[in-house]
Amino acid sequence: MEARILEIQELDFSYRGKKVLRQISFGVEQGTILSIMGANGSGKSTLLRLLRGRLRPDSGSVWWGRTAAHRLSRREMALKVAVVPQQLQQPFGFQVREMVAMGRYIYQHPLAGPSRRDWKFVDEALTSTDSAHLATRCSAELSGGELQRVMLARALAQQAPVLMLDEATSQLDMGHKRSICLLLRDLGQHGKTIVQVSHDMNSAAEISDKILLLSPAGEQIAFGPPHEVLTAAHIEAAYGVQVDIERHSSTDGRTDILRFLPQPLSFGSAP
Amino acid sequence: MQLGIKHTYLWLPLCLIFLGGAVVAGLMYGTVPLTAAELVDILFHPHSAGLKSTVVWQLRLPRVGLAALVGMALAVSGTVFQAVLRNPLADPYILGVSGGAALGAVLALTFFSAQSYAVPSLAFCGALSALLLVYLVARAHQAATHTLILAGVMVGSLCTAVLMFLLLYSPADPMRNALFWLAGNLARGEERWLPYGAGVCVILVLLLWSRAGLLDVFTQGEDVAADLGVDIGRERLFLFCAAGLLVAIAVALAGLVGFVGLVVPHAIRLLWGAGHTRLIPAAAIVGAGFLVGADALARTVLAPAEVPVGVVTALVGAPFFLYLLRLRGR
Repeated sequence: MEARILEIQELDFSYRGKKVLRQISFGVEQGTILSIMGANGSGKSTLLRLLRGRLRPDSGSVWWGRTAAHRLSRREMALKVAVVPQQLQQPFGFQVREMVAMGRYIYQHPLAGPSRRDWKFVDEALTSTDSAHLATRCSAELSGGELQRVMLARALAQQAPVLMLDEATSQLDMGHKRSICLLLRDLGQHGKTIVQVSHDMNSAAEISDKILLLSPAGEQIAFGPPHEVLTAAHIEAAYGVQVDIERHSSTDGRTDILRFLPQPLSFGSAP
Repeated sequence: MQLGIKHTYLWLPLCLIFLGGAVVAGLMYGTVPLTAAELVDILFHPHSAGLKSTVVWQLRLPRVGLAALVGMALAVSGTVFQAVLRNPLADPYILGVSGGAALGAVLALTFFSAQSYAVPSLAFCGALSALLLVYLVARAHQAATHTLILAGVMVGSLCTAVLMFLLLYSPADPMRNALFWLAGNLARGEERWLPYGAGVCVILVLLLWSRAGLLDVFTQGEDVAADLGVDIGRERLFLFCAAGLLVAIAVALAGLVGFVGLVVPHAIRLLWGAGHTRLIPAAAIVGAGFLVGADALARTVLAPAEVPVGVVTALVGAPFFLYLLRLRGR
């Protein structure tokens, strides 16, 4: 078993007197993909912020190795974690290449710009996210999906061992979503640890090693491999929706592939 | 339209041509107009006698230099405020920072002499206090864009009101000073600290240029910047102080000149994008040229009388601001 790089113990967090997260405990091993799932407002993004030390828990703790998250400086944290944020507005238009180079900020001398080595990582990241053709475009003119790929490229250029994605594929079409999922799985197999917030149950179940499912009240419903966590009962507790689950065997017969089908709208709407 | 940002290598020659043209205009036009041939002759024979030579060497050249310095300081500080506050409408004048600096400077003039270092020092204190006030008010409201502008305009008005009161209350030559501070003017510049102020400005601009990567990251919002590894609190303080000092020196030398910091960076972003590696030096050069040109115009339109240069920049800048406001409202 790989070493745990992130350990969360009995974490409680409240915001303005309201409990947002209660008694969350789990661990993340290096090179695994964890998907955090749950309804809107169940505290998924807040949990990601707690993990990278941007918020301090009321009680319980977040450990990066032997260091508590809030004791790491911004720079130290950025060397460990690269974040793909939720969609954000771009008030200024940058050249896409410059936008991706921002991911290299921590490696630059405070008085110098990006080095040749920095630009090499920038171009690699653009290529691996299918966005090399966007390199000289203006960031303000990009579509939502293009911008998300550029943001992912920036996080990859940061070369941190952990990648955090906050609903980072929400704006992508089916084809690009699939290629990003393949890229994430590939990165996981090459030792990158990935923690993502996702609403896409089918792809999360397929690429994740572990799933953390939160209830609308911010409690931990279950944590474990997808086929243990994503049961019909758990999903109904998390989302209040009944689903049919199809189980397929993959071609090599070793893993189960789950497919989730929500009940058609015409069911259950009548009292 | 998917032109992208290309031909970025053209920025330096084009910016220098603009500055060069403005300087030539600044030297040629005024109460005593010169032809190009006369100007070349005078510039190549610095010790020749005659009225026109004196005008160029004693009056126009120092004045063009002062305009260039003030324009550079205002354009670069505007660029920095826009990046840190993530708001393309931020400008030292609109944010009330210039007003704070002017109030500080006039307080110093009331109690000390115009020669004193107290003038730029108190201008700096005034600039930072105004900035802090605006920043805290806008931060309390999360929707910063328009709150920030409103807070800035209010702080600016407050400073101007106190300034007017002080000017009318103080005995020495109140009306001339009032016009000077409220509308901007490049007609003086006898301060003993001027060379030091100029030196500090150039050093600050170079320092900010060297932190171009930091400014780039700040435009992504403080949240994202923190994730990219920026110690937000410390770096923001550094950037605010550097930009505030630039404004303080500009205001102590030339009074309230508005909109340079708004128009210049915006025009450059349209041409070559928002990357600060180009934006900071381009804003410095074009800002210098813009104010030199505006001053040439201010000296010519009503010659032999002079229009305050702040009037010229406001005539260009205020409509431009309204246009941007409309554009963003969509």
